[in-house]
Formats: sequence, structure tokens, C-alpha cells
Amino acid sequence: MSATPSMIQAGDERTPGLRRSGSHGSLQSYVIGYVVAMVLTAVSFWLAKSPLITPSSATAAVVVLAIAQMLVHLIFFLHINTSPEHKANIWAFVLTVVIIFLIVIGSMWIMASLNRNMMPMDQVISAQR
Amino acid sequence: MNTTLTEQGTFPHLPTPLPTRQQVAGFGFYLYLLSDGILFASLFAAFAVLRGATDGGPPLQSLFELKNAYIETVALLTSSFTCGMAMIAADRRRQRHAQIFFLATVILGLAFLNIEVHELIKLSAGGATFSRSAAMTAFFTLVSTHGLHVTVGLIWLLISMLQIHLKGLTAGVLRRLICFSLFWHVLDIVWIAVFTFVYLVGATP
Repeated sequence: MSATPSMIQAGDERTPGLRRSGSHGSLQSYVIGYVVAMVLTAVSFWLAKSPLITPSSATAAVVVLAIAQMLVHLIFFLHINTSPEHKANIWAFVLTVVIIFLIVIGSMWIMASLNRNMMPMDQVISAQR
Repeated sequence: MNTTLTEQGTFPHLPTPLPTRQQVAGFGFYLYLLSDGILFASLFAAFAVLRGATDGGPPLQSLFELKNAYIETVALLTSSFTCGMAMIAADRRRQRHAQIFFLATVILGLAFLNIEVHELIKLSAGGATFSRSAAMTAFFTLVSTHGLHVTVGLIWLLISMLQIHLKGLTAGVLRRLICFSLFWHVLDIVWIAVFTFVYLVGATP
């Protein structure tokens, strides 16, 4: 194997500090994450086409499964956890989730409200004549 | 004040060790990825608002083939897994293992892109082009922005593999690989939202 055995080379690529190994998670966590994500994906695709449930409950179920799968990815693949070293990560993440909700839910809310309260476009045009 | 480094690289008067350059770069890249998430959120918001605006065309759901979306999902998810395996191998300095798993990641990523590009070409050939309606514009913009990210990721990974081959798994190469693996996992998370909100919501017959 041609790789250098140690990555600690003075003045090379590091700021001073401790090197923590094992930050990429274990084989076990990747395998668990992969299996759970595969199952969640299969259930989502099956439910979406299933004649057993109504369209609105299928939509709700699929959205819940997607959120579950994102959490599985964050925990088992990205290894985000609530330990003290991850405090900054967690707060940045929470802030981003809040912004994403404001953008998506806010846009849908405002546009649906406009849709409901405005005259249809052809009537607007004829009213201006 | 005594600020000389101890063997472990800690400053004695500080309660916690300073972060390594690897951790600083990883955190900075993580912040970029969060902002990328906001970019995708805007595209998802546009798609959610415009999905019904088909200008007399058929509803979006009738144009998609769920089987293709499922194969794409499995390919991207598996590539995320092989990328994780490669990172574990790289962390243990097993260069050959890392390269094999990264090669698997590239192949799976290419399979994903191949299916996606074929689907977009097929839609365009059938008259459902980018400029057909507001709904199609929102759909093409969202899906191809994700596809563009995947393409850039694959180019990045190929360059990284070349660097591993030429330099070995040095600290600098490893640091860039950590950023790449974050990028690749996040693309998979974005794809979960794409297949759910674009392909599955409203697909019930």
C-alpha cells in the first residue's frame, strides 16, 4: 500500500488541534441506514400507486415517509447528532429548516390565497376594457 | 503566557482543543450545503405553486413513469452507500478499497444521470418541453438543477480519484474527500424530496 501511514505532518495541512478519527461513522451505521432507506423508498413507491388508500391519505403517508427517510440519511449517513461538539451544526441546521419552511409553506399559502381572492384572468382583462 | 503546543496540539489555557483544519473546512462546506438546500427550497416552492398550471396540457403525473424514478432512486441511494464505504476505507488508509468503492459511486451516478437525461429527452420529444407550460418549466428547472449538481459531483469525484492515484491519501486529499462525501449525501437527501413531491404526490390513480 502506497499511502502514508500517518496524516500528521507538522505545518502541512493542519491547524493545531486534536485529530479525531472515526468521524465518518462505522460500517454498521451505513448498513443500517442503507437498509432502512431502501425499505422506506420501496414503501413510498408502493403506497403511491396503491389502490388501497385514498389519494389524500397516500399523499400524507408519502410525505411522512420522505421526512423519515431524510432523518435516516442525516443520522446514519451524515452522522449529525446532538453531542456538544455538534452544537453549531445543529443550530445552523435548525435555522435552515426554518427558512426552508418559510419559503415553501409561505409561497404556497400566499399564492393559494391570491388564487382564491382574485378574479379569473379573462374577467380582469374584460373589466379593463 | 505559555502558548506552546503540547504533543496533542492543545493549548493548555484553553478548555477545549482547537479544531483541526479538516473540521474547519468540513464545517464551512456544511454551511454552503445548507445554503444550497435553501436554493432547492425556492425551486420546490416554485414547483408547488406552478404544478397545476399546465396550460391545457395533461396533468404532470400522467407524463412520468414511476418505474424509472424508482430505479433512479435506488441507483442514487446505493451510490451514497458506496461513497460511505469508500470514506471508511479512506479513513483507514486503504487506498485500493477506497478507489474501488469510489468507482462504484461513479458508475451508479452515471446510471442515474443516464436515466434522467433520457427521461427529459423523451418528455421533450413528446411535446412536453421546457417552454410548454409554467408547470413544465418548474419541473425541468428543479430536476435539471439536481442533475447538474450530480454532474458536477461526478466530475469532482473523478478528479479526486486521480488525486488519490497521484498523491495517495494525504491530509489535503482526505479533507477534500470529506467535503465531497457531504455533498454527495446531501444530493441524495434532495432527491428524496424530488421523488416524493414531483413523482409520488398526486400519482394515485
